[in-house]
Amino acid sequence: MAFDKMELRDVEVWDGNFAAAQAMRQVQIDVVAAYPITPSTPIVEGYAKFLADGYVEGEFVMVESEHAAMSGCIGASAAGGRVATATSSQGFALMVETLYQASGMRLPIILNVVNRALAAPLNVNGDHSDMYLGRDSGWIQLDAYSPQEAYDLNFIAFRVAEDHDVRLPCMVHQDGFMTSHTAQGVNTLTDDQAYGFVGDFKPMNDMLDFDHPVTHGVQTEEDWHFEHKARQHNDLMTKVLPKVQAAFDDFEALTGRKYNIVESYDMDDADVAVICMGTSVETAREVAKEMRTQGIKAGVVGLRVFRPFPFEQIKEALKGAKAIATLDRSSPNGAPGALFNEIAGTLYNTESRALLSGYVYGLGGRDLTKQHLVDLYTELQANVDAGKVTTPLQQFIGVRGPKLAFL
Amino acid sequence: MQNNGWDEFEIGAMLRSFDGEVKDIATTPQEDRNYSSNNSFTASVADWRIEKPIFNKDYCIDCQFCWIYCPDISIISRDKKMIGIDMDHCKGCGICVEVCPTNPKSLLMFPEQADEEAELAGWPEKDKGEK
Repeated sequence: MAFDKMELRDVEVWDGNFAAAQAMRQVQIDVVAAYPITPSTPIVEGYAKFLADGYVEGEFVMVESEHAAMSGCIGASAAGGRVATATSSQGFALMVETLYQASGMRLPIILNVVNRALAAPLNVNGDHSDMYLGRDSGWIQLDAYSPQEAYDLNFIAFRVAEDHDVRLPCMVHQDGFMTSHTAQGVNTLTDDQAYGFVGDFKPMNDMLDFDHPVTHGVQTEEDWHFEHKARQHNDLMTKVLPKVQAAFDDFEALTGRKYNIVESYDMDDADVAVICMGTSVETAREVAKEMRTQGIKAGVVGLRVFRPFPFEQIKEALKGAKAIATLDRSSPNGAPGALFNEIAGTLYNTESRALLSGYVYGLGGRDLTKQHLVDLYTELQANVDAGKVTTPLQQFIGVRGPKLAFL
Repeated sequence: MQNNGWDEFEIGAMLRSFDGEVKDIATTPQEDRNYSSNNSFTASVADWRIEKPIFNKDYCIDCQFCWIYCPDISIISRDKKMIGIDMDHCKGCGICVEVCPTNPKSLLMFPEQADEEAELAGWPEKDKGEK
């Protein structure tokens, strides 16, 4: 590898953006096509700096929009390069058309999504609207709760996405500002460790293989389209999670840091459980511990993999819980909330028949406080004691005005 | 192409141009290339044509203009000598006639049903530029 290596301390103080940029440097991405948008800009800016300073052998393609950014990534990936970029919010929304191209063409592009609200009203802060927007796009979606995880999950993402049994693009999500701009201690891998974990890029049907010419991005109509989509869904449903687990296992052997497809905290004997994503998981963990000192057996389940949705692992994690709250950080706009629906779908045919209620919170970066979660766990315990859900099925946390609840 | 099931094809929305490996494809004549069934070379689009070009080699200077301008690679040229037209892929656009520099032109457009022998026999004389 003809580039300068960077000597890192064992623990560096990085925010989530810089952690992701360092991971992109260490895996030696060939092409980044990017367009800046708050709060993800420092990721691609960081890669560009590393490139300019001779730490990466690659190409940085400046484009006129996020649609062009992902289009450039698709071309570079089809040509046979290791490719990644980053975006947020409106930029992510502009990418949506090309996200489906990337997954349908089975191109292992990595997209760091720094979660941010979607306008209107315009808002640069973190919620999960963009992450939710991507959930039908055929990408793998991994969720980081901290800068350390944003760093680590990038390696997992490349390892899984580029596997020839998978060959699907992967998003690594982190919460805007809460993770992306909050500096914490991050345990590092050396450049050799990181590159060795991900390995050399192994092309598949790349356009630069002139001995085996291929046409990428073909048109199919009613005679073939369904089969392609069915194949993609099958591979998401059956192949991805075992590969993710294998990558987690290898990563633990390398670093000692253990990740799970579904993260469970204090769930072994929990009566009441909160299931959520992003930085809220860490807040909920702290509150759950405090609830236990008051005699409420509280637990937390965090989704590490949002797509493909880990049905079996969630069933296992929630099997003992009596009352469960789903926390959706995206306006459901006329529905109960994606997480509520999916957890309901997961648990409906299980024995547990836990009492399920949904909460919408934190839109546009509104804080989820410990007091909110104390109140929430208290409501869940009341549901357990009453043997039924005592509140409306959908409630809003932290919104001003008369109490808002539905269903 | 077979109507395979969802588990019976290569992943990705991609098609192979050739069956197996190819080497020096640029110097391999089209008729010797191992085109796959997915390649449009095996598909005739002759019925798109309303008018067809007829080639008169008596006036051709092998300048290759028609070969280089044809948008469908339908001019057959070997060793820089114009041979004829691939009538399976020619769509009758007339660009070859437009760019032909000879006087009279070595390529002219005729109705699809025109008889080649008859049209060659009645080829126009050199245009002397008289008004």
